[in-house]
Amino acid sequence: MPPTSSREDTIHSEAFLSALMRRQLRLSIGCALAFLVALLGLPLANYFAPGFMAMRVGGFTLTWLILGVLFFPYVWIISGYFIKRSLKLEADEAKEVMGK
Amino acid sequence: MNTLASPLAFLGGVDPWIFIFSFVTVAITIWMGFRSAKTSKSAGDFFVAGRSVSVGWNASAISGEYLSAASFMGIAGMVMAVGYDALWYPVCYACGYLFLLLFIAGPLRRFGAYTIPDFAEGRYDSPVFRKIAVVFVLFIGLFYTLPQMKGAGTTLAYIFQAVDLRGGWLEFLAPHNDAGAAIAGLPYWVGVAVVGVVITLNVALGGMKGITLVQAMQYWMKMFAISVPVFVLMAVFGGYGTNLQSNFAPGERPAAVAPAVNEAVPTVNQRQALPAKAPADEAWVSPFGPLTTKAAKAAHLSPEETKPLSLLYTYSLIIALVCGTAGLPHILVRFYTNPDGVAAKRTTMWVMILIGVFYVFPPVIGVIGRNFLPELYNGLGAKGTDKIVLELPTLIRAKYGVMGSVLSGIACAGAFAAFMSTFSGLLVSMTGALAHDVYGRMLRPQSTPEQRMRMFKFAAIGIGAVSVGLGACVEPLEINFMVGQAFAIAAASYFPLLFMSVWWRGMTMKGAATGMLTGGILALLSAALTNASNLALDKGPMGKIFASFAPMNDFWSHHPLLRILCEQPAIWTVPLAIGLMIVISKATSKDVPKDIRMKMLVLHAPEQLGLKNEYIQEHQAGAGH
Repeated sequence: MPPTSSREDTIHSEAFLSALMRRQLRLSIGCALAFLVALLGLPLANYFAPGFMAMRVGGFTLTWLILGVLFFPYVWIISGYFIKRSLKLEADEAKEVMGK
Repeated sequence: MNTLASPLAFLGGVDPWIFIFSFVTVAITIWMGFRSAKTSKSAGDFFVAGRSVSVGWNASAISGEYLSAASFMGIAGMVMAVGYDALWYPVCYACGYLFLLLFIAGPLRRFGAYTIPDFAEGRYDSPVFRKIAVVFVLFIGLFYTLPQMKGAGTTLAYIFQAVDLRGGWLEFLAPHNDAGAAIAGLPYWVGVAVVGVVITLNVALGGMKGITLVQAMQYWMKMFAISVPVFVLMAVFGGYGTNLQSNFAPGERPAAVAPAVNEAVPTVNQRQALPAKAPADEAWVSPFGPLTTKAAKAAHLSPEETKPLSLLYTYSLIIALVCGTAGLPHILVRFYTNPDGVAAKRTTMWVMILIGVFYVFPPVIGVIGRNFLPELYNGLGAKGTDKIVLELPTLIRAKYGVMGSVLSGIACAGAFAAFMSTFSGLLVSMTGALAHDVYGRMLRPQSTPEQRMRMFKFAAIGIGAVSVGLGACVEPLEINFMVGQAFAIAAASYFPLLFMSVWWRGMTMKGAATGMLTGGILALLSAALTNASNLALDKGPMGKIFASFAPMNDFWSHHPLLRILCEQPAIWTVPLAIGLMIVISKATSKDVPKDIRMKMLVLHAPEQLGLKNEYIQEHQAGAGH
């Protein structure tokens, strides 16, 4: 089926592009914040609460446990969430346009 | 023999297990290279593996490429040498990938360019910008190649340390001591040459498609080679936490340790005494240890003055590693090998899991190494903590005989897999830049695909030779440190370019080029200055060459802040590059490409809409090929 002119107009309209970019950027920034808070917050915690972060948990210091082990699953959760959401976002956008 | 009178010495030769495992790794790599040479036929196969690599293969291949010598040997060595602060390396290597996924991977894949220089030209309609981007691909690639080469040299010299070349016709090959006399062992550069030749052959034969299978296999080899020794070592010497427990944090005294844990695993009490050169427990196990306070310590600052500086160092390191990952050309080029954008995203998820699991292991080796092999603190670089991954399994040999040799052999095979797979990725991306961008687009735009493929092979050989030559010169530098600097350069050049080009439509070519070049060159100068002043302290021939930089070290000791900003420049170069991009783009806003809305649409619209094809047809019709 050749694309209808109204669909073409929608795709190439300014409103479509800015809505597209805004939605994607919002999702990306949201996920980035969740991870930056942990990544940039840990040095601050080490700096201001060294005693607490040196607490022993199963032989590890708390800060070693977080950085050496727990950080990796945390990153997996964020990326899993992002991939799920962004695939859904793309499917919605495509459906929205194709429906016209 | 050096001070490490390892069991190799009384065996009177090379440990056969280590030799067999390493030899098999190299042999399989060569065999797979020849085999894949038969299936790699088209130019597409050579440059982007025909864009048809499945998610599983591609994720393993990216991970294999990503886990370099720095990951396999450097992290364990660095954790052992400096403790907690080194943990930022594996964490940021993994987190950087998340950044790539969130902001860059999807749009770049949708844009459908062949290489980064393709993207640069396509986004800004500027052939000049393509040239600039090519130079940077080659440059960052070479910088990142050096530590891989050092890993190769170190490992081979380690495996053949019992070889004695003296007295025979091969005596000219034997390494020399400070006094200039020949000593036993294999010289460092032999390993560099062997790995360089093997991989160059592989890449020249099979291109991208050829190395994809090799790299995927090498990931699993590395995973096996790091996890099996760790599990065996933990069974013998006690767990991760138990070994960490014997390093007392500030305020803790030996008596304060929970006795139950020590009773359960008595081996922890048999910890070896630390030599004087090793950092003290407190500094080692806590944040802001020897790595981040080195410059301040050299300036004899008080602890209160030191702490803010080491916080600054930590942040700069994090920025360099996270943004640098998102800008390494050999990682980015792999996104083009996925069949579509959904596959590209799934691939990234798997890469995160594969590399995340891997990165838990190397620090364990560093921690156990500190307790049970502390004599490595007395050695430097290749003879010191950098070889802990290879050396630690030999401790098992005393207890379990041949089992220890097998473990050691597995670790050596993993090390070989590590620097071979990363070097193949770098070689492909640099060769692709030369053959596709320089030859195919600039010098001979009318060349046939066959000619470009032949050029690919010549370029691979040329760059392979240059890499071997440079790699032979970097023996005194620390592996992980060199990698960190390659990341700092990528962070200040490619990352701002990609991030801003994808998300801000106001970018102009002039803005992008100015920001990228200024950021990248300043980061490079900082890295070069730091390296030169480090090399000036070397006792070997490098020290003589760089002797004129020795006064720099006096300067550093008076200006620790400047030293930190020079050693870890990302904290000022990344914002500077982005700032310049914005300012210059605003000033030249009339140069924004006219079809910018279309370009942005291609970067962001779902692939189901089929815009990419539309764009490419238009573009090709205009370009006339």
